Amino acid sequence: MTTAISVKNLGKQYRIGAAETKFRYNMLRDVLVDTFYAPVRLAKALVGKSDRRMNQNFVWALKDVSFDLEEGKVLGIVGRNGAGKSTLLKILSRVTEPTTGTVAVRGRVGSLLEVGTGFHPELTGRENIYMNGAILGMRRAEIDSKFDEIVDFSEVTQFIDTPVKRYSSGMYLRLAFAVAAHLEPEILVVDEVLAVGDAEFQKKCLGKMGDVAQQGRTVLFVSHNMSAILRLTQEAIVLNKGRLIMRGPTQEAVDFYLSSGQAQAGERVWDADEIPAASQPFRPISLKVKNRSGKVVDTVRSTEPVMVEFEYHLDAPITGLRVGFYLSTMRGEYVLTSFDTDNPGLFEKFDARKAGRYVSRAEIPADIFNEGRYSLGVNASSFGVRRYFMDENALAFNVDISGAPGTHWPEPRVGPVRPRLEWKIEKLD
Amino acid sequence: MTEIIKHEPTTIYIKPSKGLAALNLRDLWIYRELVFFMVWRDVKVRYKQTLLGMAWAVIQPVMTMLVFTFLFGKVAKLPTDGIPYPVFSFTALLPWGLFVTALNQGSRSLVAHNNMVTKIYFPRLILPMSSVFAGLVDFAIAFVLLIGLMFYYNVTPAWDLLWTLPLFLLLAIIAALGVALWLSAVNVKYRDVNQALPFLTQFWLFATPVAYSSSVISEKWQIAYSLNPMAGVVNGFRWAMLGAGNGPDITLWVSATISVLILISGLFYFRSMEKTFADTI
Repeated sequence: MTTAISVKNLGKQYRIGAAETKFRYNMLRDVLVDTFYAPVRLAKALVGKSDRRMNQNFVWALKDVSFDLEEGKVLGIVGRNGAGKSTLLKILSRVTEPTTGTVAVRGRVGSLLEVGTGFHPELTGRENIYMNGAILGMRRAEIDSKFDEIVDFSEVTQFIDTPVKRYSSGMYLRLAFAVAAHLEPEILVVDEVLAVGDAEFQKKCLGKMGDVAQQGRTVLFVSHNMSAILRLTQEAIVLNKGRLIMRGPTQEAVDFYLSSGQAQAGERVWDADEIPAASQPFRPISLKVKNRSGKVVDTVRSTEPVMVEFEYHLDAPITGLRVGFYLSTMRGEYVLTSFDTDNPGLFEKFDARKAGRYVSRAEIPADIFNEGRYSLGVNASSFGVRRYFMDENALAFNVDISGAPGTHWPEPRVGPVRPRLEWKIEKLD
Repeated sequence: MTEIIKHEPTTIYIKPSKGLAALNLRDLWIYRELVFFMVWRDVKVRYKQTLLGMAWAVIQPVMTMLVFTFLFGKVAKLPTDGIPYPVFSFTALLPWGLFVTALNQGSRSLVAHNNMVTKIYFPRLILPMSSVFAGLVDFAIAFVLLIGLMFYYNVTPAWDLLWTLPLFLLLAIIAALGVALWLSAVNVKYRDVNQALPFLTQFWLFATPVAYSSSVISEKWQIAYSLNPMAGVVNGFRWAMLGAGNGPDITLWVSATISVLILISGLFYFRSMEKTFADTI
């Protein structure tokens, strides 16, 4: 077997929190000061001494990561938000340069999800296929030979000579994905975390990825969806704060990830470096699972109500904010989604939330959960406007089912929920 | 079905680059088709959904020529080496237009395509390069008009010198690409470039013998004047096209040397900044 990817002591340092002196441009005095200070800034920049360097912090998004991957293997990459997964993929696809270390990559690296890059709305579907193919590194002859296949796959045959600005967003995405999917690189990189599109489309992506893996090509797969990781990969690495902390068969890696990294006894606290800058002005603080007596617990009883508490800070007012959670099983199946302003009355009352510290609490009633481990994800967004923050695997907890319906039979029950249903038995004759 | 020749995959080594980055022209060659597609897209898209379409390629220089003809030809009566003023200025406006378009589009090319820069790998040099080449199409259209104008004013081309025209065109491209490489790379970090561009091009126009003949500059300043790469290009154009002026002398060599120096330094500066583009854009 030949090695497809060989990563040695890879590190990537980012400059963060370049704490810019805050100019409030709405004050005339500040504008004047800023204007007259400009020559000084220019002079400093020219001699290579940035004015703002004083307050700069550096953070290692990736540090001392080493691994080899053989040709034809599918490797899963798991880790929390900010663990360095996307940075690793960016280095492998040569978008950004590492700060330390080396990577040897054998063959062309293609990415399934940077779809539609270079698409121009004024060009027709046909023209965009050629344009996009060229950007992804395909030769013209290669595109020619695959053109019909791409069009078929995208299902936009009759609109192929229409400018893509007239396409629906679904058609646009299908066409873009079709080009990327036919690139046939030796190494395919899939960052599902960045996936766009509806469930149908995402399913198509995963299907294509499975095909590619079966053709014996090397695949790197990043996902928060543990069931997808388990299904599609045999081996996985776990990243935590930029370091590779574990590599092993997927089942072991996933177990390790779920039990070590993220669950801190029913509580998850966000460090400053785990919060993406893009989530501003929303700042998550903590997520807690509490039992009936208000104690933070790792294991809850299915026969008692469970309290979920999400604490966060708004650095600026947000209109139409909704904060909520996803509940899913460890296999990645969703159980439910709920938001704090699902109740129209509350939505009107908290239409605009002022800056400050908040907690959103929800009680999950008793007799819902089945036995096992569940994952809580959080989401803060304004519907149709913007998603501020999302962490699909913020916290995991166990459910103990002693006393739950049907426990007098010592057998596992399938299904994520185990509600106490109102049964009646009637004799009909 | 066409048989795709399977190449033995080559191994790429990714590591932090140190010091002066190599130009990596091999990668540029591999991606040559992308340059073609980018130019083609630029040309195709530029005049989409405009009423006048490609006519804009001539309207701009023609309007400038009319204003110049009125102001400098009729009112100020500047000397033109005996050539009708419209032909005199239009000949200069051609390479100048190419330069300005290249400068404007090229300097903004990286920032304008930031989604490409942050998402996929390709030699970044392609972006400013294709912006510069896209200007050639406008140039070609305007060139046809120049020939018409020369017929109209009964100006005979300098047949024996015409073969040098491509060389001056090449010099214009070298100058434009060099400046565009510098400015586009700086623009990634400091968007001041965007603000400075309109002013810069205006200033540059006055420092270039487009509206006037460089013979109005006194002898002792000629060398200093030719430090402007476009001075050499414009003078060369007039000479090759109309036989105006003295022809290549020391000032042309100064201009040409400066152009080449800007291009080479621009290439290396661009390459050394390239590694941070995706992080800072």
